[in-house]
Amino acid sequence: MLYLFYNLQTENAVKNKKVNILRLLCPGLSSSTKPQSSKAGPEGHLEEARMVSQKPAALLYGSASAPSGAGSLKPVNMAVTDSLSRAATVLAAVLLLSFGSVAASHIEDQAEQFFRSGHTNNWAVLVCTSRFWFNYRHVANTLSVYRSVKRLGIPDSHIVLMLADDMACNPRNPKPATVFSHKNMELNVYGDDVEVDYRSYEVTVENFLRVLTGRIPPSTPRSKRLLSDDRSNILIYMTGHGGNGFLKFQDSEEITNIELADAFEQMWQKRRYNELLFIIDTCQGASMYERFYSPNIMALASSQVGEDSLSHQPDPAIGVHLMDRYTFYVLEFLEEINPASQTNMNDLFQVCPKSLCVSTPGHRTDLFQRDPKNVLITDFFGSVRKVEITTETIKLQQDSEIMESSYKEDQMDEKLMEPLKYAEQLPVAQIIHQKPKLKDWHPPGGFILGLWALIIMVFFKTYGIKHMKFIF
Amino acid sequence: MLDEPQEQAEGSLTVYVISEHSSLLPQDMMSYIGPKRTAVVRGIMHREAFNIIGRRIVQVAQAMSLTEDVLAAALADHLPEDKWSAEKRRPLKSSLGYEITFSLLNPDPKSHDVHWDIEGAVRRYVQPFLNALSAAGNFSVDSQILYYAMLGVNPRFDSASSSYYLDMHSLPHVINPVESRLGSSAASLYPVLNFLLYVPELAHSPLYIQDKDGAPVATNAFHSPRWGGIMVYNVDSKTYNASVLPVRVEVDMVRVMEVFLAQLRLLFGIAQPQVPPKCLLSGPTSEGLMTWELDRLLWARSVENLATATTTLTSLAQLLGKISNIVIKDDVASEVYKAVAAVQKSAEELASGHLASAFVASQEAVTSSELAFFDPSLLHLLYFPDDQKFDCLFFCPISQHSTLVH
Repeated sequence: MLYLFYNLQTENAVKNKKVNILRLLCPGLSSSTKPQSSKAGPEGHLEEARMVSQKPAALLYGSASAPSGAGSLKPVNMAVTDSLSRAATVLAAVLLLSFGSVAASHIEDQAEQFFRSGHTNNWAVLVCTSRFWFNYRHVANTLSVYRSVKRLGIPDSHIVLMLADDMACNPRNPKPATVFSHKNMELNVYGDDVEVDYRSYEVTVENFLRVLTGRIPPSTPRSKRLLSDDRSNILIYMTGHGGNGFLKFQDSEEITNIELADAFEQMWQKRRYNELLFIIDTCQGASMYERFYSPNIMALASSQVGEDSLSHQPDPAIGVHLMDRYTFYVLEFLEEINPASQTNMNDLFQVCPKSLCVSTPGHRTDLFQRDPKNVLITDFFGSVRKVEITTETIKLQQDSEIMESSYKEDQMDEKLMEPLKYAEQLPVAQIIHQKPKLKDWHPPGGFILGLWALIIMVFFKTYGIKHMKFIF
Repeated sequence: MLDEPQEQAEGSLTVYVISEHSSLLPQDMMSYIGPKRTAVVRGIMHREAFNIIGRRIVQVAQAMSLTEDVLAAALADHLPEDKWSAEKRRPLKSSLGYEITFSLLNPDPKSHDVHWDIEGAVRRYVQPFLNALSAAGNFSVDSQILYYAMLGVNPRFDSASSSYYLDMHSLPHVINPVESRLGSSAASLYPVLNFLLYVPELAHSPLYIQDKDGAPVATNAFHSPRWGGIMVYNVDSKTYNASVLPVRVEVDMVRVMEVFLAQLRLLFGIAQPQVPPKCLLSGPTSEGLMTWELDRLLWARSVENLATATTTLTSLAQLLGKISNIVIKDDVASEVYKAVAAVQKSAEELASGHLASAFVASQEAVTSSELAFFDPSLLHLLYFPDDQKFDCLFFCPISQHSTLVH
């Protein structure tokens, strides 16, 4: 059984797979080999006409499924290919009649849906891998991306933020409880609603990999987990100090590009993402995405191998650089995006050319199935839901008697409720009148001083006064 | 009409063949699909009687039980097919339990004093439906009322009908501002379905949802796959006659629950049955779910669970193959054995048609395989793969070669 199911994934012939399963599971259902034969007969004409009117769409896009009715798709793969051959002659006649607005709107629908992503929820994992005051800009980078992502709609429950979080309350911060991302202190990205999930010494390679692969101890709270599923689009943003093939975590350990690629493969094996966008802003950032081999990953980096990513704005009042160049221009780009915008990934690839960034940003899209020009920015940075109109209801019987009696019960309940009062908390009276605790007894201070004077005098009497100059 | 002789086992179908001129069915109907795993097919006196009757029985059986598209939807993740099909994307993934939350959003408490008898409605309408579905998992239901919760979109005014409307393109942006206030993610580890009832504020009443043709939607509701549904409840203009604000609004729970239960069915993947022509479908039951629809769901879920469990175990085996010195603890090993045994048992039970035990076994298979795969001790970082251990090309030329080969 295991072997049979393993073959399910490796074979490409969908038809064979389906027939095999049916034969295995339902020995009684023998009509599965020819699905459309059951539709032949007196009622066949209806089916045929329905399928034919959607033929233009199927022909144009060569897609395997044919829509039936407003908005709901029925996967009739083999039926379409067979009906194409069967009803080719009918097509010519019916085309003239039905190729009006009905077919046109179907084509539009199908085109929209064909290029749209298949995700239903969005997650973001934002990691700042440095600590210490002089790495202020990495924290500002990460927090600015966090703000943009929240503004475009991803809620805190779907963001895993890993920061050392030692900037805002650092003793060297001239403006405590703030982290600025623009010079002249224009924009405070810290604020009072930042939810850091992994802070300080919890930002380690192990925790990062545990978050990604899901191998988390059962005691971990929900906000620290990446609870994505096969329909989640995940944005992963990392910033810090990096080198050729590695990224430094908090100045004590490193993550290599091989480990990162393996972690993504573990995610893919369990279908923990639908599509993944990986953005890295470090020196030699492109080396981190060189080793990816799992499907549906798109990667952007701020610099190529051998180049350094540079920082952007020093602020003389705070005394450090506030942002990195690549992230600064990415954020300027994101400022113009709102949840309804249709900007695509090709525009994001053009952000920060060499003249502005000094380093050459790179991207990698060979593992990604869709064309980047069809990928919306909000597919990853925002959380735009797929929505369908509800057109059906079910009939329920109304029990009017029960409704009236429950209404009366509610009214009575409100009158009968007891007045609320506080529970007994601290026994205040007892605490006030408590006797003070007896302290331990220590010998008086002068006694100890006199003791030491005596010891020193005896020492010098015995060994002579000449030792005094070595002591005092 | 027909009295049920005995309780049907899950996954079975009983088809009665009646005579051609029987008056049990209306004259032009050839077959009837009943609510509880029974069907009636009209016989015929003809040379090809067996073939014709057989075809009709097969049509009825396909409408009531497992077909290829149900299977394709269940296995949609594992097959490299069109992922963007709405029907495949909509249903929730199979899980041990589900949490259903009903929320009443009242953005304008100064004008509307809204009361809804949610406990009674849940007891009368939702709980029977969930009891009928109880074989598919554990359900927990909660409800809340949120005040001053606005939608993220400003509705536009339509002077022709002097009402406000939200058109279809702005609907996706409605959910996000509300979601952070729902608090659904803190409740449990099960997937959550949110059903929101929005009573629009006085300045924006009445509010209708328009579909892409510009016509108001009859149900005034929309849903989002794997998330839940939202219904807009317009306060009847007659209640404003008293002109003392706030007016008391009693929500008509029947109308609301009709929509919510329909959305719940869609979100669970219980599609409207494809009735073969000249077939009479029985009227809706009091629970809103026919028993054979539950069977279809359980078939699909069992197959999905089996596919998930096998891919999990396979990828775990691949991980162990790649990193040869990984340590498997005893409890992880026992979970793997349990998972394999459960997969085999479930496949056997499916082959012999015992749906209930097959589904239970498949759920055990998924639970055990996920426990084994996601065990914290299996983090590959902790076990260095060989290619990262030996890079001392200069110091151990001969021995390194021999160890890398294995």
